[in-house]
Amino acid sequence: MIKKLLGTIALSLVCGVSVAAGGGYKLDHAPDRINDMASLQNGAKLFVNYCLGCHSASSMRYNKLAEIGLTDEQIKKNLLFTGEKVGDLMHIAMTPQDAKKWFGAAPPDLSVIARAKSTTMGPSGVDYVYTFLRTFYRDTSKATGWNNLVFPSVGMPNVLWQLQGPRSLEHVTVHDVAQADGSSQWERHTAKYDAQGFSEIKTEVLKDYEGSSVDKAVLSSPDPKQIAAFDNNVADLSNFLGWMAEPMQLQRKQMGVWILLFLSFFLLVAWRLNAAYWKNVK
Amino acid sequence: MAGEKTVETTGLLGWIDRRFPLTSLFKDHMSEYYAPKNFNFWYFFGSLAMLVLVIQIVTGIFLVMNYKPDAKLAFESVEYIMREVPWGWLIRYMHSTGASMFFVVVYLHMLRGLFYGSYRKPRELVWIFGVAIFLCLMGEAFFGYLLPWGQMSYWGAQVIVNLFSAIPFIGPELAIWIRGDYVVSDATLNRFFAFHVIAIPLVLIGLVVAHIIALHEVGSNNPDGVEIKQGPKDRNGHPVDGIPFHPYYSVHDIMGVAGFLIVFAAIIFFGPEMGGYFLEYNNFIPADPLKTPPHIAPVWYFTPFYSMLRATTADFTWVLVAGAVIAAIALFLKGNLKGIMRIAVPVVLLLVAVLLRAIDAKFWGVVAMGGAVVILFFLPWLDHSPVKSIRYRPTWHKYLYAIFIVNFLVLGYLGTQAPNPTFNLMSQIGTVIYLGFFFLMPIWSRLGTFKQVPDRVTFHAH
Repeated sequence: MIKKLLGTIALSLVCGVSVAAGGGYKLDHAPDRINDMASLQNGAKLFVNYCLGCHSASSMRYNKLAEIGLTDEQIKKNLLFTGEKVGDLMHIAMTPQDAKKWFGAAPPDLSVIARAKSTTMGPSGVDYVYTFLRTFYRDTSKATGWNNLVFPSVGMPNVLWQLQGPRSLEHVTVHDVAQADGSSQWERHTAKYDAQGFSEIKTEVLKDYEGSSVDKAVLSSPDPKQIAAFDNNVADLSNFLGWMAEPMQLQRKQMGVWILLFLSFFLLVAWRLNAAYWKNVK
Repeated sequence: MAGEKTVETTGLLGWIDRRFPLTSLFKDHMSEYYAPKNFNFWYFFGSLAMLVLVIQIVTGIFLVMNYKPDAKLAFESVEYIMREVPWGWLIRYMHSTGASMFFVVVYLHMLRGLFYGSYRKPRELVWIFGVAIFLCLMGEAFFGYLLPWGQMSYWGAQVIVNLFSAIPFIGPELAIWIRGDYVVSDATLNRFFAFHVIAIPLVLIGLVVAHIIALHEVGSNNPDGVEIKQGPKDRNGHPVDGIPFHPYYSVHDIMGVAGFLIVFAAIIFFGPEMGGYFLEYNNFIPADPLKTPPHIAPVWYFTPFYSMLRATTADFTWVLVAGAVIAAIALFLKGNLKGIMRIAVPVVLLLVAVLLRAIDAKFWGVVAMGGAVVILFFLPWLDHSPVKSIRYRPTWHKYLYAIFIVNFLVLGYLGTQAPNPTFNLMSQIGTVIYLGFFFLMPIWSRLGTFKQVPDRVTFHAH
């Protein structure tokens, strides 16, 4: 009981978020593990096992994973299931037409999804993926039985549900609702979803409410250890997607340091050369 | 040696010089082109623009070797360049960063011209060629932006091409003619590719050559706006306040190149997306003709003009009507137009005022956006100030320039944002300030107390 309570409190601290007016769900900051090969490898494993069934990554070759420390042998043994070759691109068998029929929308290709989901001068796409995959909740009113806080009514079911374990959600929103007569009143909506996805939704009118709008979602789990392990795995998976969106990014930054050092030296030489010529100009 | 011309040079160079004016070209444009010795920081950007042009052409050649101008293949071919082509990622980032940096250096180069009156007599053609280069650059950037075939490429092109459909009578057919289809499609991609890699670069290079020939014909202006050719001369007839471009400014510009490359490399290697401004994140989603993105914004360098387009609503045309009517009355009563023009110009302005309400505001938005660029062509004749350089203008002129610059930046910011009533009002005010700055220039540029312009350039030895 105490454990359960502590878990709830811990999760409330982690997941309790308020949403800025007009914006979407406030994204959590994913841990930065881009230089952590073990994390990238775990992410690659999760990606191939859980994502690659429905999502392709058609710009990505399996043997590109050599850059995060996997040998061809390891890739063949652990990541190739249906007769692909190690030099193949990560295509899938499902056609976009079938996908559209089955899920309502074709699952996007994930090659560059972490870049595509970044926000201008805002959170990165890795943050998006990290938050998105951790905010699924059971909702019996949806066709897949799942709903998501970052992407409401998403067509994708929670494929990581076994890793995540059962969870319930309490979602409270307070906002100003326009009435038919042109006036407006503050209302509080409380939606509770239990671990099976059955909901209890309540709306109350707030008289004399003086605050601003509120959007607060609290996901609770009976097992904080499982959730910690789950978050860790999702962090690795998001990290991998971030790497896959631009596999040369590690090289790029390393090389950049040397190039800037060289250019600084070049500037120094150019500056002195210029001074040597210009000393005669009176 | 019958028929051969006598030249000073010998050997291979002599052989060439007897057949091609190599030495004299080098002298005319480099070693004996006398430039004022008082150039400051602002004078780096001309040579930097040349550098970026070369970077764009060279990287562009390598990109074309691997890119596929086909709606089905384009998006993935860019990722192929990023991942599989040796050094492709570097070439592509140089090209994408180069596009934005081209506008950075060109905007600063134009601002320099504005500050020091570099467009004034006798340099009108230098300026006009320059504005034409700027127009080409905008075309080049617009056509090139479609090629990665991402969502922003697609919908950005869709929005801009649709602007042409606002032109009365011929508009809708014109838009179809430009696209080659009813929507932006493979046909559009192919023709934009042709424009981006052949047509516009050819024109651009021709204009750059004309820009430099015109400049070297009249000589460079300088921060004091003083003509060095009218100042004292040495015994060889060269202006005392001028120094040979080579070696003095060639070594000086190399220093500028080094400084620029540090910034350029820092962006390429540590933040090629520049927070989503140089490479828009939405453009990593493949183009989808069936899914309009919620917010379509052009790349940052177009946003000031895009703001002016969006600012021109039906209500706002009343402001423009008022402007046209006031201008018509003022020109008729006070203007110094002669003869028939004194009647004709105000009549045309009144006609414009009527048309402003008769034709859809969207069309006038396009006119405002285009006019904001085209008006730059007329700058040499709009500025009536007795001095060239900002240094000798009344202090309040400097504040006007400051307002103009801040206004341009604010318009740029507003253009990146989703519209809302406050922002719309701000961009309308911004549009009035931008247009007012130029249209009222013939009046304000001659008002105030001007400072004494020195006979010689001011220069302190380094």
